[in-house]
Amino acid sequence: MPQTISEKILAAHAGVKSVKAGEFIEPKVDIALGNDVTTPLAIKEFRKVGAKKVFDRSKVVFVMDHFTPNKDINSAEQVKFIREFAKEQKIINYFEGTNVGVEHALLPEKGLVVPGDLVIGADSHTCTYGALSAFSTGVGSTDLAAAMITGKLWMKVPSTIKFIYTGKLNKWVSGKDLILHTIGKIGVDGALYQSMEFVGPVIDKLPMHERFTMANMAIEAGGKNGIFHPDKFTLEYAKKRSKKKPRLYASDADAKYADVIEIDCSKIKPQVSLPFLPSNSKAVGEVGRIEIDQVVIGSCTNGRIEDFRLAAKILKGKKINSRVRLLIIPATPEVYKQILDEGLISIFLAAGGIISPPTCGPCLGGHMGILASGERCVATTNRNFVGRMGHVKSEVYLASPVVAAASAIKGYVAEPEQLK
Amino acid sequence: MKDNLILKGKAHKYGSNINTDEIIPARYLNTSDPAELAKHCMEDLDQDFMKKAKPGDFIVAETNFGCGSSREHAPISIKVAGISAVIAKSFARIFFRNSINIGLPILESEEAVNAIKAGDELEVNLASGVIKNITRSEVYQAQAFPQFMQDIIKKGGLLEYIKSR
Repeated sequence: MPQTISEKILAAHAGVKSVKAGEFIEPKVDIALGNDVTTPLAIKEFRKVGAKKVFDRSKVVFVMDHFTPNKDINSAEQVKFIREFAKEQKIINYFEGTNVGVEHALLPEKGLVVPGDLVIGADSHTCTYGALSAFSTGVGSTDLAAAMITGKLWMKVPSTIKFIYTGKLNKWVSGKDLILHTIGKIGVDGALYQSMEFVGPVIDKLPMHERFTMANMAIEAGGKNGIFHPDKFTLEYAKKRSKKKPRLYASDADAKYADVIEIDCSKIKPQVSLPFLPSNSKAVGEVGRIEIDQVVIGSCTNGRIEDFRLAAKILKGKKINSRVRLLIIPATPEVYKQILDEGLISIFLAAGGIISPPTCGPCLGGHMGILASGERCVATTNRNFVGRMGHVKSEVYLASPVVAAASAIKGYVAEPEQLK
Repeated sequence: MKDNLILKGKAHKYGSNINTDEIIPARYLNTSDPAELAKHCMEDLDQDFMKKAKPGDFIVAETNFGCGSSREHAPISIKVAGISAVIAKSFARIFFRNSINIGLPILESEEAVNAIKAGDELEVNLASGVIKNITRSEVYQAQAFPQFMQDIIKKGGLLEYIKSR
């Protein structure tokens, strides 16, 4: 039976020849991931049913990234609770303090995910690893507990929407603009319960960091996963980062799709998603003058070294608007070291930026850059819901690193072309 | 959850894409204490929700209820706040899973959501999926869950289901 890449990975992990959309399966997982917010509930559930041991201590990964450095007593207690469990269970991949990075930037960097893997994570942006041609999806804490105990998890096989990106990318347009535009086109539930498969001539040339950005936001269209086919970029990345053996799958030419959507990239200009949904995306040039108070560059969406290189290109030799706070949040310790070694930190500091340690921090309104009522922030993050970054009357505008950097300089939502 | 439970209460009605940040803002996620989470249920959507909502009441919403984060704290806060079920046209995927897994009753019915107005008195039979609108003397039918999910619901949640096998 012809199948999609997602169906093939699911079938392989369920130990069957093929699966079809709508079917319930219980596949084995290669990685079960939790963070400081979701893991405490998973541990409580684990204990409640009397479980004694995780199924495989090398496949359970805990990343204490949301409130790091711990913002208050409660968050420190949560981390302590998880740390003690991790110690008891001899969890190999437990990340905290100096080792911690934003989970979905950290796991690929550490080589914990390779093509063909099946990853579940108690964090909605677990879909990021689809960039590495893995099937990965966000679940809840009880799901995580079930996977920690049994090494398996129930799933309904999703149907797939194929997105074909054609044409030529305009200047300053990146994966972030493509995905914001795509979510704008189909809506925040446009791919509800479905798999998003990203293909086409534009995708073939898209570098890994931009694929991570796109897969990361599949959930913002309601998607179960977002996935790319493995190619030379994927294999180069996996080989450099991991000793695990990749398993390569590709959709059959006659695989069945619920829908096929073609997107002409030549028509896409740098995007911004206005409050309060990621689907409110527009060309920056169309939104008029929206004055801002803060800019955040970082997160699991856009906190990788390439993102900071681009931002530095815009900010080099410039000063940000005096009203604006510019937060630079490298997603992992490795990215932090890279922006230091490459001299990018000096550029950001000279421009007026504040350098934060790796953390999810303000993205979810945790800490390290919370907004007051009436304040507006341009962020390279993934959500702009009501109150997402602070006060219920604050606003978040989603954009790429270059739009964020240009906006910091101008003091309003702006694109690099406006700096001339 | 009992099989033949009849739930009774008032409807609190909301729109589309009610997200988990509105249901339980991240500023409260430094704890997983259910009682503490329940205090802030729906806070960023409707500040007075916990004052208005009585035990047994229903949340009724349009499409894509519970979109956003994977935080199980969201359905937990609703359940512990005493809400007997959420009725929506559709649910976001992770919220749907979480609700099934922790035993928060959820029902999908476009017909019911279109007809129910805020404040209507409802009576819901979870086993049959029949939603009675006492105020309007109307009856709606929610979609049946696939057998696999019904089994999880019957056992009272995912881990109990796993344990029973």
